Amino acid sequence: MDKRFVYADNAATTPVSQAVVDAMMPCFTDAWGNPSSIHQKGRQAAELLRGARQSVAQSLGCRAEEIYFTSSGSEADSWAVKGAAFYMRRRLGRRRIVTSTIEHHAVLNACAALEREGFEVIRVGVDEMGCVRMDELAAAVNTDTALVAVMYANNEIGTLQPVAQIARIAHEAGALMFTDAVQAVGAVPINLESLPVDMLSLSGHKIHAPKGVGALFIRRGVSIDNLIDGGGQERRRRGGTENVAFAVALARALADAVEALPDMERVVELRDRLIRSLCAIPYSRLNGDPHNRLPGNCNISFSCIEGESMLLWLDMAGICASTGSACSSDSLDPSHVLLAIGVPHEQAHGSLRLSISHETTEEDVSYILEQVPAIVERLRAMSPLWENGHPVQTKQETECKVKYAIQ
Amino acid sequence: MQYSDKVMEHFTHPRNVGEMPDADASGTVGNAKCGDIMQIFLKVENDVIVDVSFKTFGCGAAIATSSMATELIKGKTLKEALQLTNRAVVEALEGLPPVKIHCSVLAEEAIRSAIADYYRKNGREIDFPLESALHEDEH
Repeated sequence: MDKRFVYADNAATTPVSQAVVDAMMPCFTDAWGNPSSIHQKGRQAAELLRGARQSVAQSLGCRAEEIYFTSSGSEADSWAVKGAAFYMRRRLGRRRIVTSTIEHHAVLNACAALEREGFEVIRVGVDEMGCVRMDELAAAVNTDTALVAVMYANNEIGTLQPVAQIARIAHEAGALMFTDAVQAVGAVPINLESLPVDMLSLSGHKIHAPKGVGALFIRRGVSIDNLIDGGGQERRRRGGTENVAFAVALARALADAVEALPDMERVVELRDRLIRSLCAIPYSRLNGDPHNRLPGNCNISFSCIEGESMLLWLDMAGICASTGSACSSDSLDPSHVLLAIGVPHEQAHGSLRLSISHETTEEDVSYILEQVPAIVERLRAMSPLWENGHPVQTKQETECKVKYAIQ
Repeated sequence: MQYSDKVMEHFTHPRNVGEMPDADASGTVGNAKCGDIMQIFLKVENDVIVDVSFKTFGCGAAIATSSMATELIKGKTLKEALQLTNRAVVEALEGLPPVKIHCSVLAEEAIRSAIADYYRKNGREIDFPLESALHEDEH
């Protein structure tokens, strides 16, 4: 096949769609007012903001007054986790947070910050498919628990969590339930009328809106502390002049994503074709659950090679992807998610995440499937861990030389 | 993170890559857990490195530093090869991103390890450190 550009890193970010650009542009050129102003420019902006909030609510099956726009998914995560924790401790004296070992860093690091503030954080493990161990979670949630925070779908391996079931466990103990749905919104159907969570976060740039906008759903009647104090914006719960253009963009992107949900069946077929063919490469393994996973997520480890080298070759072939290898970050440890599901360090270094979308075509997948095996073979040929078509047995691994870590 | 053209050139066209069946000595450093392993093979005549090759498991910088290091010691005496610093490898590659400096250290140590193996096999005393002289504060 001729060289082509294939973007298979949609879990990292997505291009802004033309429909979204078209929807937000008038907010810069015409409706640029401050929604808090009483004059016509203010009213015009306020009306657009109201419409955007209403649209987001409709896409998620909740009320408009339950949607709060934020600057990102991370802000929504941080607000939900810290806001709930501080409120519940002050009002009810509860000081335990229950979360999972495979959360996004936005949640993990918010929990770590709470630990320094005297909260007790229980990180529940996952099984080899990446699903939260429900018995451990049920045992960890008690009447001292302020918040249970478990993601809807994992960003690296795509595993979907039994969020409704977890929420029921949280509620039985009188705790709040928050789910980080940044990867799930727009990829799987979510209806907040039936999903019993108290809070849910989403991000614009994962669904073809710009970077710099997210939202937090806070169910009516649920109180949490503010993260950003300020004026009376967002029903006095999140200060800062509203980013009307980006709220409009998020609303448009979400509505389009929800409308396109039936097309995810096709994406699932493409994903399964990727998984089947790449797993046919000797000494490879699928990371995550073969069925219970995000429609666009394919995460595979190839023994004896390292992920960044794969990415460099793929990039030269025009394919954008990502890896859980430490070498693509500034830490010595590979992905905490891959380690949590029991992938050995050396195989975690050789992981490749391809995240496709409704924009991905059969031809794109064929091209990926043409390129990847050749790259794996080329890198294995120069790997000291690989000999005559098989991995060589290596001696017991020792600790990494931390002294070479760069600040 | 951006690699120099030189790094990418050595990554895509690595020199002296592959196993050397008739090697006089070899050395391996790093481990799979950390994500990089370098193996260097030497052919030595009259204390001169007449041939050298490598096998590397690791990132782009690990492969490029291995390739460059083998180029820099080919045809040199063992003594000269022991003078090779990680910094010289970095300079020859027109720089490495800060998080990748450890790859150049690994390359230096892989050479030291291979020469030590040669000394051992020839009953010579290993009168040089196996570790790079690079200290943390030099990063």
